[in-house]
Amino acid sequence: MKLGNEIQKALEKKKILLMTHLVLGYPSFDVNRRMIDQMVENGVDLIELQIPFSDPVADGPTILKANQAAISSGLKVMECIDFAEEIISTYSIPFLFMTYFNIMYKFGWDDFMDRASAAGIRGFIVPDLPPEEGADYFKKARERDMGFVQIFAPTSTEERMRELSSYSEGFIYCVARKGVTGKKTDFDDKFNSYLSRCRQATSLPLAVGFGIRGREDVDSLSGKAEIAVIGTETIRIVNEEGVDAVGPFIAGLR
Amino acid sequence: MTKKGYYGEWGGAFIPEVLYETFKELNLAYEQARRDPLFWEEYVDLMSTYSCRPTPLTFAENLSRHFGGARIFIKREDLNHTGAHKANNVMGQGLLVKRMGKTRVIAETGAGQHGVATATMAAKFGFECTIYMGEEDVERQRPNVFWMEKLGAKVVSVKDGSRTLKDAINESFRDWVTRMDDTHYVLGTVCGPHPFPSMVAWFQSIIGMEVRKQIVKSAGRLPSRVYACVGGGSNAMGIFQGFLDDLEVELVGVEAGGYGLDSGRHASRLASSDGSPGVAQGYMTMFLQNSDGQMLDTHSVAAGLDYIGVSPLLTDLAERGRVRFEAATDKEVMEALDLTMKKEGIIPALESAHALVQVFKEVGGLPPDDAIVINMSGRGDKDIFTIAHAFDDPSWKEFIRNKGAEYEVGK
Repeated sequence: MKLGNEIQKALEKKKILLMTHLVLGYPSFDVNRRMIDQMVENGVDLIELQIPFSDPVADGPTILKANQAAISSGLKVMECIDFAEEIISTYSIPFLFMTYFNIMYKFGWDDFMDRASAAGIRGFIVPDLPPEEGADYFKKARERDMGFVQIFAPTSTEERMRELSSYSEGFIYCVARKGVTGKKTDFDDKFNSYLSRCRQATSLPLAVGFGIRGREDVDSLSGKAEIAVIGTETIRIVNEEGVDAVGPFIAGLR
Repeated sequence: MTKKGYYGEWGGAFIPEVLYETFKELNLAYEQARRDPLFWEEYVDLMSTYSCRPTPLTFAENLSRHFGGARIFIKREDLNHTGAHKANNVMGQGLLVKRMGKTRVIAETGAGQHGVATATMAAKFGFECTIYMGEEDVERQRPNVFWMEKLGAKVVSVKDGSRTLKDAINESFRDWVTRMDDTHYVLGTVCGPHPFPSMVAWFQSIIGMEVRKQIVKSAGRLPSRVYACVGGGSNAMGIFQGFLDDLEVELVGVEAGGYGLDSGRHASRLASSDGSPGVAQGYMTMFLQNSDGQMLDTHSVAAGLDYIGVSPLLTDLAERGRVRFEAATDKEVMEALDLTMKKEGIIPALESAHALVQVFKEVGGLPPDDAIVINMSGRGDKDIFTIAHAFDDPSWKEFIRNKGAEYEVGK
């Protein structure tokens, strides 16, 4: 099933979907397995698997440190793909790769696409690959039935959003505010008017990420967006409260 | 036709969506400035009144005699205000910031020269200023940190990653994506996403324009070779642009050889075989990275050359065979520095001394009628702690010990 259709189908049963995120190999693949198990168990609808990169410019301190720790532990990109394959064969929800362009470029583009596709990856979120640089690559992903999720930002004009929408597959990732991951977001009037601009510009479902920390944030997105994205907060919880706190946290979000 | 912002297959603009409009605005402002002859006039006027342009071309008579080959001429970018070629780029971008109506500037710095230059520009133009600097560089370039703070800038020590220039660049981008409305990122070199490589090369081209006239006047001919050190590559692009069309002039870029190209501890992206194509910090070039695309820790005695990437313009020129790349080790750099001080009474920056190393290796084999030019990108005063340490100077150590005792708590 196409990613978009799958999302639509899930939305028939739930008011808002949850997409969670984790950094592969941080703190270990073993902890990753337990995180994913608790996430799926507690109803998460999509998961972003971040392949670590040494220079993740869109990420704030928490995810940045997780990237660096994973790389320092000797993590290889190939292990991330193998891990994804193992996980995808275990669970039925869609999994996406989030990473930076150099990881895919250096691996060898076609090879990376073939392996990701064989592993069952449904799409990609790559913050440093705008359509101006990536259009040819997006096509290659599409040929393999995978998509590049495009990103809207509060600074994007409506014209720009329409252009981005034409490249996107499955949904649009709306960055809730300026800045990097892991800082608080105010879901205020200004945010609401940004979100309605997003809505005007695309017919795809909207996922909202950056700064979503708890039930209150998810509630405030309900009815306005189709997907709430939880990124840094899960990593913070694993760091501070241990992996077993992930399940209750997810369960308490909706 | 090649894509905009590409040099061969190098360059581009791999930027996050949140900066799309900011780059659109910057491209527009830059393109308008390039079309406007008054902008360049204002720039040249500013550089001749606030800095020391045109900087002189010095005939290094003693060194020339010492090596007994071609005549050595030194382009004195060290005599710029703030002591390096960095001022050229910074003042140019400052004028552009005024045109764009922004009120805050941020910058990364490695050696600290670009940070000091940016802080100076911000003070002069009345901008708020924050400088990002890797923790390791803060430690080895303390005097520059002191000056930046005294000039009114906020200096943020970057503790992530390799804690050097690349991490300072990442952190500057993180600041910029948070606050682009009133802030311009004064990128310090001919790297990063388009239009930075093109724009910084344009401001630095003033070096090449001057030196081409100066050498013809002083030596009565074009130089047979032009040498420059290469970190990101801005001083090299600056001087090389004066001679790109003169195919009889050989252009030589000298990278940081660190402990030697075989040691794995260097910063030679083009002269070594360790560099490979990649995309980071918004552009495509040759990077020092592992087989997984993770950027490596680089090493150089010179903070300003200690960088994973290199200008896409230079990668293209190297690929086309227009610029030859060499590397100088930390040890060779100290020897060249010593000789230049003793023979000419000039104190080059550790960065610039890399270019001197290559000149000293080659100049004796060139005929005495020939002239060669070296770009002395900056002065070495800022490096006093590093240089004194490398020379293992006993009286300096004594001085530091005494100073330390003077500052001890309770005294």
